[in-house]
Amino acid sequence: METFVLVLSWILIVSGSVFAIIGAVGTLRFPDFWSRLHAASITDSAGVILLLAGMALHAGLGLITVKLAIILVFLFITGPTSTHAVANAAFVSGLKPRQRPTPPPETEPTEQPDDKAGLL
Amino acid sequence: MFALAAIALFAAMFLVGIRLFSGPTLYDRVMALNSFGTHTVLFIGVLGFLNDRPDFLDIALLYALINFVGTIAILKFFRYRAIGDVPRATDEMEG
Repeated sequence: METFVLVLSWILIVSGSVFAIIGAVGTLRFPDFWSRLHAASITDSAGVILLLAGMALHAGLGLITVKLAIILVFLFITGPTSTHAVANAAFVSGLKPRQRPTPPPETEPTEQPDDKAGLL
Repeated sequence: MFALAAIALFAAMFLVGIRLFSGPTLYDRVMALNSFGTHTVLFIGVLGFLNDRPDFLDIALLYALINFVGTIAILKFFRYRAIGDVPRATDEMEG
């Protein structure tokens, strides 16, 4: 039983580290602020849950688990709040998502001669 | 196993740090700073378990508090150009 809990905590810690790295790589590599915000929240949700749950399983019941639970609850309240604050500040300042350059519409060349013909 | 998690978190902090120093806009930097702080909280916790001194969790909790308040303070400063009371003129300028 003890070995099972230990192995489970190892699995949780390793997968939490993997999620933390995924979030960091996304934060570095994504092309746009809004997509980067999306990647950064992976660490805030999956990384924090898995790493702190793994540490709690490793520590067993006690004061340490209570402290880990307090950190988990606090990060759960403040993570989305600060993400929302950053996104709201960026939106108010007028930062727009990067969009694909719009292709020239195909109907326009055929319509324009018609318009000119109508005007003439 | 905690050493592996510490190395992974350190690498993640390094990558987020690159974004923190090279972010094109201010909001990229603030977001990277917040993410860096979250990574630091986890890193301090893992480091405490690595050294068999889980008392480090108190420091991690304190760091989480400071990180949140700091992020909000930075955002408020760059929006209103003041951390304390919002000046009247700036408020009217924001409309």
